[in-house]
Amino acid sequence: MTTLTPPRREKKSQRKLLLYIPLLLATAFYLIPLYLMLNTGFKSFAEVDLQTMWRLPSGLHFDNFTAAFEQLAPALWNSIRLVIPAAFISSVLGSINGFVLARWKFRGADFIFPFLLFGMFIPYQSILIPLVEFMRDINLYGGVPGLVLTHVIYGIPITTLTFRNYYATVPNELVESARIDGAGLLETYWNILLPLSIPSFVVVLIWQFTSAWNDFLFAVVLTSPANWPITVALNNMAGSQIIEWNVQMAGAFIAALPTLLVYIFLGRYFLRGLLAGALKG
Amino acid sequence: MRFNKDRMLAVALVSPSILAVFIFVYGFIAWSGRVSLSEWVGLLPNYEWAGFSNYANLLQDPRFQIDIRNTVIFTVLFVGGSLLVGLGLAVLLDQGLRGESFFRSLFLFPMAISFIVTGVVWRWLMNPATGSRISGLNLLFDNLGLDFLISRWHTTPQWGIAAIAIPAIWQMSGYTMALYLGGLRAIPESIREAARVDGATELQIYRFQILPMLRPITLSAMIILGHISLKVFDLIVAMAGKQVALDVPAIYMWTTTFDGNFYNRGAAIGMMLLLSVAVLVIPYLWYTLRTEAKV
Repeated sequence: MTTLTPPRREKKSQRKLLLYIPLLLATAFYLIPLYLMLNTGFKSFAEVDLQTMWRLPSGLHFDNFTAAFEQLAPALWNSIRLVIPAAFISSVLGSINGFVLARWKFRGADFIFPFLLFGMFIPYQSILIPLVEFMRDINLYGGVPGLVLTHVIYGIPITTLTFRNYYATVPNELVESARIDGAGLLETYWNILLPLSIPSFVVVLIWQFTSAWNDFLFAVVLTSPANWPITVALNNMAGSQIIEWNVQMAGAFIAALPTLLVYIFLGRYFLRGLLAGALKG
Repeated sequence: MRFNKDRMLAVALVSPSILAVFIFVYGFIAWSGRVSLSEWVGLLPNYEWAGFSNYANLLQDPRFQIDIRNTVIFTVLFVGGSLLVGLGLAVLLDQGLRGESFFRSLFLFPMAISFIVTGVVWRWLMNPATGSRISGLNLLFDNLGLDFLISRWHTTPQWGIAAIAIPAIWQMSGYTMALYLGGLRAIPESIREAARVDGATELQIYRFQILPMLRPITLSAMIILGHISLKVFDLIVAMAGKQVALDVPAIYMWTTTFDGNFYNRGAAIGMMLLLSVAVLVIPYLWYTLRTEAKV
């Protein structure tokens, strides 16, 4: 037995080394678009050429990023004006709804639940015409506030269900003991459940931030050019014949950066939201 | 007394949200349904009854037939590709290699990016120019001596939609990897050990023991990716604009409604999209909720 072990282990480690070949090929596949964005972005205007697009830049130049930023600055500001209130209001609403649905069994709760769930899956094309008509009627068509409202409303199912699933795991004794101490509904929520659910808040905030930042459909239909968020402005930039591809690459990176940073620094929470909520397309 | 007060407060807190969902989801679906049965063409609403003529016209419409064909091709390649790539990566990462968490994060990062960014970048990677103007992946293949891989990508006649599946797989395969990896981690080591003692090779263990256990994950992933695929919109818009060759129902709905003012037709496309998603998702939700209730 002892004589057999070393060669076997060697064989095993060789096999492991071989496994790195497909892994590195996959790494190349995932990194190529990122390489193209950054590599092109850091070139000077003079060295930008489609025929040499894979070659490294001569140094770090910021021509492309500056040009793209000048183009996209108003849209970036619109996206910020959109994403912060949308994520914040959605989280607060989701938390309150989730709390009530997890703690208070009222008649019809079982009936509401599947309807709420299906609301996450619907293709928004099936509500788009009424949505535009409604926004026109209440004079929110074309601006950022209407888009905030849209993201908040269509975010209710996912945010409510995320919080509900979390609050359902909080032991009943905690809530019961608070009630025996005379705490009402709001005190129980405020003093006991809210402090416990900070991680869920992070998950939902990130989720809504990412969906609103990356959304294109609602934005392109509901906003006028002056209020375009970053996705619509970037797509418009890419479709234009005048703006060079290198500026587009830098612009794409600028548009991706906020959600990428969230992913890098808060990846754990991002992943949790993803696995709970990637249902929403 | 207090209990009743709390109960009323609870109802008061959730009812605005529930009402909003019922109006903005179900009320608006009903409203779209009504538009799809009307004669509404032009900027002013016109609810004159048209019966099912909009649906009948759509089914005769050559552009809608292209849409259906494109959706089917895209769905098969995108869902199949994401499942295969995701499973392959998950199995690789399950071998206890060094740097596992780095690779896992790397394969997942595209999920944080919008389809628009993905589309804008891949549009240049898949530049179909040839000869002296060759660029993008074609240039890379040319330099590496892999000329047989050079392709017209999404400008290939008839099959251009197949190329769009590549960036879509790039974006979503990390998600299937995460799902499968979770599944693999949930399988107790004792099962593998038992098979090894019986003399099974690693490959046989995966083929006969582990893959069958991952079947429920495959089903969930197919349904989630499938419904994303039916709704595909921004990726194609960013890569190719509004070309009829790469048209899908979501783009047709958008252009015919908001560029062409054919609200009746746009609503009918929206309803058909909803129907296709519902057929896919409702049985799945029903099954999931039932099993959850049992547990």
